[in-house]
Amino acid sequence: MESLADRTAHELSGMLAAGEVSAVELTKDALGVIERTNKALNSFLTVSDVQAMSAAKAVDEARARGEKLGPMAGIPVAVKDVLVTKGVTTTAGSRILEGFVPPYDATAVQRLRQAGAIIVGKTNMDEFAMGSSNENSGFGAVHHPWDLSRVPGGSSGGSAAAVAAGQAVAALGTDTGGSIRLPAAFCGLVAIKPTYGRVSRYGLIAFASSLDQVGPMTRDVTDAATLLEAISGHDPADATSLEDPADFTTGLDRGIKGLRVGIVKELFTEGMEPEVAAAVRRGIDQLVSLGAQVEECSLPSFKYALAAYHVIAPAEASSNLARFDGVRYGLRSPDARDVTEMMMRSREEGFGDEVKRRIMVGTYALSAGYYDAYYDKAQRVRTVVIRELEAAYENFDVLVGPTAPCVAFKLGDRVNDPVAMYLADIATIPMSLAGIPAITVPIGLADGLPVGLQIFGPHFSEAQILRAAFALEQSAGFDSRPRRDFAHSAAPQAKPGQP
Amino acid sequence: MLVTRAEVEHVAELARLALTETEIPYFQQQLSAILTEVEKMQEVPTDDVPPTSQVIPRTNVLRADVIGETLERDDILAIAPAHDGVRYSVPRILGEDE
Amino acid sequence: MLSFDDVVARYEPVIGLETHVELGTQTKMFCGCPTVFGAEPNTQVCPVCLGLPGSLPVTNKAAIEATVRIGLALNCSIASWCRFARKNYFYPDMPKNFQISQYDEPLCSDGYLDVEVDGELFRIGIERVHLEEDTGKSLHVGGATGRIHGATESLVDFNRAGIPLVEIVTKPVPGIGARAPEVAKAYVAELRDVIRTLGVSDVKMEQGSMRCDVNTSLNKLGETWGTRTETKNVNSLRSVERSVRSEMIRQGNILENGGHIIQETRHFHEDTGESTSGRSKETATDYRYFPEPDLVPLAPDATWVKELKAALPELPRVHRARLTAEWGLSALDMQSILNAGAVELIEQTVAQGASPEAARKWWLGELSRHANERGIELGDSGVTPSQVAQLQKLVDEGKLTDKLARQVLEGVLAGEGDPAEVMAARGIEVVSDTGALTVAVDEAIAANPDIAEKIRGGNQAAAGVLIGAVMKTTRGQADAKTVRELVLSRLSN
Repeated sequence: MESLADRTAHELSGMLAAGEVSAVELTKDALGVIERTNKALNSFLTVSDVQAMSAAKAVDEARARGEKLGPMAGIPVAVKDVLVTKGVTTTAGSRILEGFVPPYDATAVQRLRQAGAIIVGKTNMDEFAMGSSNENSGFGAVHHPWDLSRVPGGSSGGSAAAVAAGQAVAALGTDTGGSIRLPAAFCGLVAIKPTYGRVSRYGLIAFASSLDQVGPMTRDVTDAATLLEAISGHDPADATSLEDPADFTTGLDRGIKGLRVGIVKELFTEGMEPEVAAAVRRGIDQLVSLGAQVEECSLPSFKYALAAYHVIAPAEASSNLARFDGVRYGLRSPDARDVTEMMMRSREEGFGDEVKRRIMVGTYALSAGYYDAYYDKAQRVRTVVIRELEAAYENFDVLVGPTAPCVAFKLGDRVNDPVAMYLADIATIPMSLAGIPAITVPIGLADGLPVGLQIFGPHFSEAQILRAAFALEQSAGFDSRPRRDFAHSAAPQAKPGQP
Repeated sequence: MLVTRAEVEHVAELARLALTETEIPYFQQQLSAILTEVEKMQEVPTDDVPPTSQVIPRTNVLRADVIGETLERDDILAIAPAHDGVRYSVPRILGEDE
Repeated sequence: MLSFDDVVARYEPVIGLETHVELGTQTKMFCGCPTVFGAEPNTQVCPVCLGLPGSLPVTNKAAIEATVRIGLALNCSIASWCRFARKNYFYPDMPKNFQISQYDEPLCSDGYLDVEVDGELFRIGIERVHLEEDTGKSLHVGGATGRIHGATESLVDFNRAGIPLVEIVTKPVPGIGARAPEVAKAYVAELRDVIRTLGVSDVKMEQGSMRCDVNTSLNKLGETWGTRTETKNVNSLRSVERSVRSEMIRQGNILENGGHIIQETRHFHEDTGESTSGRSKETATDYRYFPEPDLVPLAPDATWVKELKAALPELPRVHRARLTAEWGLSALDMQSILNAGAVELIEQTVAQGASPEAARKWWLGELSRHANERGIELGDSGVTPSQVAQLQKLVDEGKLTDKLARQVLEGVLAGEGDPAEVMAARGIEVVSDTGALTVAVDEAIAANPDIAEKIRGGNQAAAGVLIGAVMKTTRGQADAKTVRELVLSRLSN
């Protein structure tokens, strides 16, 4: 069944401006798709239908008054439930925050609202953004819109499924080690993890402070550039936010003639699925035909990025998640005899296994006697990765590789093997450690499922990687239209999710 | 295994997690597997390399000493698990000798 | 049981002090919430200082400046680059269950503060001065005395959470022997004066804007330093002195009996002057410090630091030296004034017109005695420097004798108003009417003929009886000197 929300934001923006369609109609279509498909996908934890319709009406009225509206005005957007939304339940995918209603908005959400975007709801995710498959949610797994028996990727699985199924035109996800790029690659979407500090983290429920970033998940590069621009910019409430200007849409179609591209051979790992590697290579060949100067290069430190990440991220997380103690908000275990028991029981009952694992690994890595060998060492390995990248960028404008070593796997495949699950992020982690911008573009299929090619550049080079992604996208011609043809997929035990 | 049972218990206590009896060996095995993977990074020579402090090097991001917005007490207590209308209520804090 | 003197005859103390000072900035350390003392609970909070999910800290510039100034006043080196660190531990008054503090990179380090005790100079080394955030405040309900023990629940107010706290840590102070208690007190008093002079905190120990933890250890003469204990809840200057003294006695007696000192945290009790055992530091919490990732490093500009140093106000020691010269005092005199906590009071009294000698007489005399009897600080006596100056003026003008002035002072201390008001209300005044006095003198002479005879005979000392009689008649409001002259002149013809 057709829906207006199946189109891209830039297309819709034109239609809205021309009066061919109203924001209310568009939002109604999106909400309709959500209603029909959320049970099967379990992508939304909260649907904000009333607020969305009211916001859509306001946009239409503003347009009728002749107000000048931006490119995101009237566009239905889904927001990952890790960003606080004032007055709307925010859970970070965890039972410890079940029913938590924040009294304030995240800056990125405020900017969306200011841009006139219509927030249709909060999406499901791996608990506290810890996971690569969205099977770690406290509210049930999310299902891949192309094949309900498969994972959409994580931790921004709900956002990815929402865009890929047409429940929203675009979505906000977050990325710490690959959480926006991996699900985008699995679901055939474009997503970008910007330079660290590009988008304010104020209101982003923290997982790993030195790695977390908010980014757009869209069906094409133009939409990604537009949405990223809308949410970027300095925020005095975030001491790590950049002051640099954010213009990502100008010259998007300039082409990549003469662009120096480096293929990082370490990203083509041993355990990688051959079909995926082949698809990525074909994508890289297209870069050549587009006029880029492509060469192989080696960044040996990339082999150690996963190890360093799995010390730094859990360490910071163990501290960031300490605030969930049942005192001021969230789940409080009843009948405790004293406050320590109350805290211990609340956290035991409220956190899932993966979160407990990471909190414990992190606590271990920071503890007396282990700090030097773990946390400090990992931060030094991180410096090695950063320096290698800096050196590489002396010779290359951008670097490329696969986004993921595999296509979307089946639900249940890796849940019992944490390390196997961690390996899904092997190609996305190094960019997170360095804080450099990285984009994933769908460039083909392997075993009938989407494959993403990753392009990453030095700090502040979003415009350049977007330009390269745009050129590749035009050439690859991947069909990004939403799919919700569930009848032909194996039906899973769909969780109740949302009405 | 790389991580001992006592270490799991110690770390769980530091992190305020009331692990059940069955969880302890379960997590012990997984923590050991994860930390074994992580050992790989010891192969990287880092003697002359400083630890990363901030990925975008910057200093002195400060704000002026000017009053900003506060939250209304009713709004924050409305989301509190327990309160007396004025303060947050928690079960008793054990004294040092209890 | 060994006495204090016994202990110092056999052992040497080493002390250390950790002082926390709440800065008087308008807003909190990492957010824009107001810091007004005594506000309604939980009304000065926001997502940041409540530790709501997603909140982030941003550093208060004024707090950095205040801390650098404190460091400079304490002769410290100011770090050219340093970071904040997370100190991780769980407690219900901790909104994030970690405190943003500084660990191995304090903003200021390696300074000193000179203090004088009985004319002897002690240079107290300052290890570090760093910045952190304060916690919320809990009330313990259901127990006997509002303390943790026996309580059924605790109620938490987060107004105080996030207020900037400067921590000043001394280096260990050895070689002070029996003076240890006084040196400790003198250090805290001097530190308080320095900070007050800088204008960065109101440093009121009784309001908690200055808190002290005192570390004490003992070792046999000439041997290595002993195990130290930490005493918390030391809330007044007097308690600083008492806690060192009592801890030295306690440790001395344990060691003398062959025991050993447990490294622990003790809790001081104002009422008894003793401390009780608290947390054993042998199983100290592992704080898992790591650099705060949500904040970027501090790199105080060298020129800016130089400017701050040049702009420092006249610090207390220099100030006192200047006053000593101006007032023509000896160093020992000034030391007494300092010990009594009267420097500023005397200075203000002099500013109101009194002579330094007179001001000193009142503040170190009557008023110190009054304060000591009640165990209060001189500044809390209930009389202002202005009133003392007024009182002295009345004496200088001959309207009050010294003795009468003391009576008037009693009235002022009792809250009856300014000296002039007390005089009027109580009818205290020097009788200067010579006529009335002569009548009283003649009456006394008439009533004591044999004494009068003695005086006529040349025994002037006997006049005392008659003077006494006249004083009685005039209810003490005559000037004794004038009366004596009158008596002698009446009996000399």
